[in-house]
Amino acid sequence: MTVTAEELRTRVRDLLAAHPVDRTASADFLRARFDAGLAWVHYPEGLGGLGAPRSLQAAVDAELAAAGAPDNDPRRIGIGLGMAAPTILAYGTDEQKRRFLRPLWVGEEVWCQLFSEPGAGSDLAALGTRAVLDEQAGEWVVDGQKVWTSSAHTARWAILIARTDPTLPKHRGITYFLCDMHDPGVEVRPLRQITGEAEFNEVFLTGVRIPDAHRLGPVGDGWAVARTTLMNERVSIGGMRIPREGGMIAPVAAAWRGRPELRTHALHQRLLELWVEAEVARLTGERLRQQLVAGQPGPEGSGMKLTFARLNQEISGLEVELLGEEGLLYEDWTMRRPELVDFTGRDAGYRYLRAKGNSIEGGTSEILLNIVAERVLGLPPEPRDDKDLAWKDLAR
Amino acid sequence: MTASPASPASLPVTAPPGPAAPLDLLYSETEEGLRAAVRSLLADRCDAAAVLARAESGTPHDPALWHTLAADIGAAGLLVPEKLGGQGASHREAAVVLEELGRAVAPLPYLTSSVLATEILLGCDTPDVAPLLRELAAGRRVCVPAVPLTLAPGAPLPAPVKDAGGGVLTGTVTSVADAAAADVLLVLADTGLYAVPAASAAPTPLVPLDLTRPLARITLDAAAGTRLADPATARAAVAGALLSGAGLLASEQLGIAEWCLTRTVAHVRERHQFNRPVGSFQALKHRLARLWLDVASARAAARAAADALATGSPDAPLTVAVAQAYCSGVAVRAAEECVQLHGGTGMTWEHPAHLYLKRAKADSLALGTAGHHRGLVADFAELPAP
Ligand SMILES: Cc1cc2nc3c(=O)[nH]c(=O)nc-3n(C[C@H](O)[C@H](O)[C@H](O)COP(=O)(O)OP(=O)(O)OC[C@H]3O[C@@H](n4cnc5c(N)ncnc54)[C@H](O)[C@@H]3O)c2cc1C
Repeated sequence: MTVTAEELRTRVRDLLAAHPVDRTASADFLRARFDAGLAWVHYPEGLGGLGAPRSLQAAVDAELAAAGAPDNDPRRIGIGLGMAAPTILAYGTDEQKRRFLRPLWVGEEVWCQLFSEPGAGSDLAALGTRAVLDEQAGEWVVDGQKVWTSSAHTARWAILIARTDPTLPKHRGITYFLCDMHDPGVEVRPLRQITGEAEFNEVFLTGVRIPDAHRLGPVGDGWAVARTTLMNERVSIGGMRIPREGGMIAPVAAAWRGRPELRTHALHQRLLELWVEAEVARLTGERLRQQLVAGQPGPEGSGMKLTFARLNQEISGLEVELLGEEGLLYEDWTMRRPELVDFTGRDAGYRYLRAKGNSIEGGTSEILLNIVAERVLGLPPEPRDDKDLAWKDLAR
Repeated sequence: MTASPASPASLPVTAPPGPAAPLDLLYSETEEGLRAAVRSLLADRCDAAAVLARAESGTPHDPALWHTLAADIGAAGLLVPEKLGGQGASHREAAVVLEELGRAVAPLPYLTSSVLATEILLGCDTPDVAPLLRELAAGRRVCVPAVPLTLAPGAPLPAPVKDAGGGVLTGTVTSVADAAAADVLLVLADTGLYAVPAASAAPTPLVPLDLTRPLARITLDAAAGTRLADPATARAAVAGALLSGAGLLASEQLGIAEWCLTRTVAHVRERHQFNRPVGSFQALKHRLARLWLDVASARAAARAAADALATGSPDAPLTVAVAQAYCSGVAVRAAEECVQLHGGTGMTWEHPAHLYLKRAKADSLALGTAGHHRGLVADFAELPAP
């Protein structure tokens, strides 16, 4: 029995009637929305959803937004929504799902991702952070260092992968944990970035004790669990609906129209090329969304992140040039600790610099091109001589 | 449906950032059925060896194959309303046919007769038009516009042909595509649009870069034509046809690019050098992955143009310009990569890669270059030149 669009509309109306938006605190409204199954409608009942088709979510969001309902600020809690939640849903125990999904979705608990390490980025499975079981206490003792951790300074919880058996080949000795960022032994140090601010961090883990109940998935199966996280990380971008001339092209086009003195023929040609490419990217994303709704997902999803990374970089580069003398200036180099990445509220220099991360974060463009070449086109995999060696015997 | 002969000169300008009209970018079941029929016909009767042999023979068109596609499958009449003997389908279906024709570099006058000439005729209003459309839709006659293949939507229309009075026409038109296959030419003269029997127009074959779409110079020396439209109607009809043609050409370009990508991927998986498949080298993997992304994007752009034309959306001119500005380059790049990644084989006459490169390059000039279409985007999106 699946829920229909009509039933969802009734539920939205009931929610709004029972919790008038002008008289309900925003957190209360969000909790009620979760409990009504209108948080992510395709999740199971009791866990924020109703087991409805995923495609019906957009209508629910739109209707609630139109009614002026508060939203949970997906940009601030993106890692939780986009990565931790689907992984917990897929691999968590009932207890874990009940404990974590609601505060995650409401935004009361921010999540971060403790995956990358100084010695393990693209080659994530090479990670060396150790987790050793203290059998008597039923707790894991974790030691190691993570790096480039976005939002670690605002996060209450983390998804963490650590090595639990160094004698096995690297993909097989990993286990996945849910780590309390307030635990003694977790130390977060800001890492200042190319933009001047510190949006990501180093995280040092020293004797951190994680109860076995916070292990996600079986011991030694962490790589399979992590792949669920990574897959969700990469596809979350393609399904979004953007308006024509939305995204990075908007401020450039506005500057072009509003400030004729900046125009040159050479910039015009580049602007038109990028405008066309941005429009084609929008259409490609729209086609992907239509495929998903029609239940025939295409492989295009693996490509959208690549396309957006390249376009964002080229467009923001053009924008700095277009601004001429102003392009020589930067808004503010003060070291800051932002809660979110804000491409629109900042100046062109910031956009240019921050966009450089788009082809690195969430898997580099080179790694994603490998994935497209191998999984979509069926080209031979990269030669691997590390696959069957025990992790402890790998060259480091 | 009847195509609306919108004139680019008077096209509505999409206001920036223009709420884009909702588009259906997928393929319907009917479209997939049509695709399967066209593809299997071409696989049987129009493989690369056959295309090459015909191109070399100097008469690339295959009338028997054309008859099957046009009449038996009914592809020639897709844009023609049922009451005029056509299928009453739309640009969406015609686009699917063009994808398949591009994939086979088929030397058939589909773009010229079933799209451009058909759209011009649909934009005319004299009684002589209906019988001609019936003949076209039934695949009994081929009719092509006597304009240079490079003529672009939004560009000033030429009228080098003079009417000495009563439809007695004199003038020369160069680079007319598929004139050799035509029974009737649609001639744009100073006094309107005329149907001229091809036999009385002395088409002189030119040596084309693209062997699969032959070009000719048309010389009219007091040739008799039947008037189909007055000058204003004629110009609007031609302008509308150029818009549709450019939009649907994007689908042909998509088909070319797809074939090139698929064949290249197959080749680099098979071909071994340095004791491994050359497709296992990352430099090639990344190039092909990028090309795949471009092809996926070209599909979205081409579908958008076909759908916007089919629904007569006010957004069509911009969507067509975007599709042309994008898909031309993708087809050429795909064909160039195909030649390069086939190595020496790719440079040989026997391998079909060159047919695709020549078609892709010629297509990038046909109905307006990418640069021309970017200029149109500048107008529609209000991003004026300095
Ligand atoms: C803004 C930002 C936020 C981030 N947030 C997080 C976070 O919250 N949590 C987290 O865990 N991580 C985070 N990361 C880390 C990110 O996932 C890694 O930086 C990324 O996976 C690349 O790893 P690396 O930095 O070690 O680069 P390396 O793996 O050392 O790569 C160096 C270069 O070599 C290339 N390369 C590597 N391997 C190959 C190969 N096989 N073939 C071809 N080229 C290759 C790469 O593409 C790159 O250009 C973040 C990164 C950035 C920039």
